[in-house]
Amino acid sequence: MLLSEIKATLHAVAATGEDDAQLSQVDISTACGSDLLSDVLAFVKDQSLLLTGLVNAQVIRTAEMMDIMAICFVRGKEPTDEIIDLAREKGITVLTTEHPMYVTCGKLYAKDLGVRADAQDL
Amino acid sequence: MRRTYDIDGKDFSVAGAASSDFKVLLKKLGIPGDVIRRVSIAMYEAEINTVIHGGGGKCEAEIADNRIVISFIDQGPGIPDIDAAMQEGFSTASEQIREMGFGAGMGLPNIKKYTDDFQIQTVVGKGTTVTLCINL
Repeated sequence: MLLSEIKATLHAVAATGEDDAQLSQVDISTACGSDLLSDVLAFVKDQSLLLTGLVNAQVIRTAEMMDIMAICFVRGKEPTDEIIDLAREKGITVLTTEHPMYVTCGKLYAKDLGVRADAQDL
Repeated sequence: MRRTYDIDGKDFSVAGAASSDFKVLLKKLGIPGDVIRRVSIAMYEAEINTVIHGGGGKCEAEIADNRIVISFIDQGPGIPDIDAAMQEGFSTASEQIREMGFGAGMGLPNIKKYTDDFQIQTVVGKGTTVTLCINL
């Protein structure tokens, strides 16, 4: 699923400033919703989008280590300028959405994001 | 090739800077992506542990012909029960650290999962040295 479609589905804003043409260049194959970075480090796969309500610099560091391409902060959480600058430096797109975690995950799952990967794990 | 890093135990916002720098170096050297990913995750977990539990310390990272060896050395309180610390879900992290997204008791098991060799030397009251090895 293209990041531009994810942004539209979640009525999200690109805090790192990419326009829709740039976001349409990024293809995401699965997503992970978690406020536990330890779990993200243990289980997340490639080509992922991280959905989280946790807002600190370690979210960006964790994404960097996991080669996570984009992060979406849920339930209206606003990243600080420091967090956005670090994400830009690492080439990670940051989205923000007003939707809570449950709704965010549901909207993306309903559009088949990660459904195939989930089925392969079972 | 060797890199040495000071790990600041007081500023959690810069935790992971060493792992980030080393990952950039590995990419520049053309190390395979799957190896970089394993090194990055294990090193980052160990760096976070050094900040959270060790109060900071030093990291020595070496790229040899056939393997990458990374050591984190701290003068923190040590680990009283290594067997317990290796169990998934066991954690002594503070509530403040848990609010930052860590302290779920996955750190050491995760390091073991992503490395080819993993050693812990610890003396209660004196400190801990964690050594990770990933084969090339």
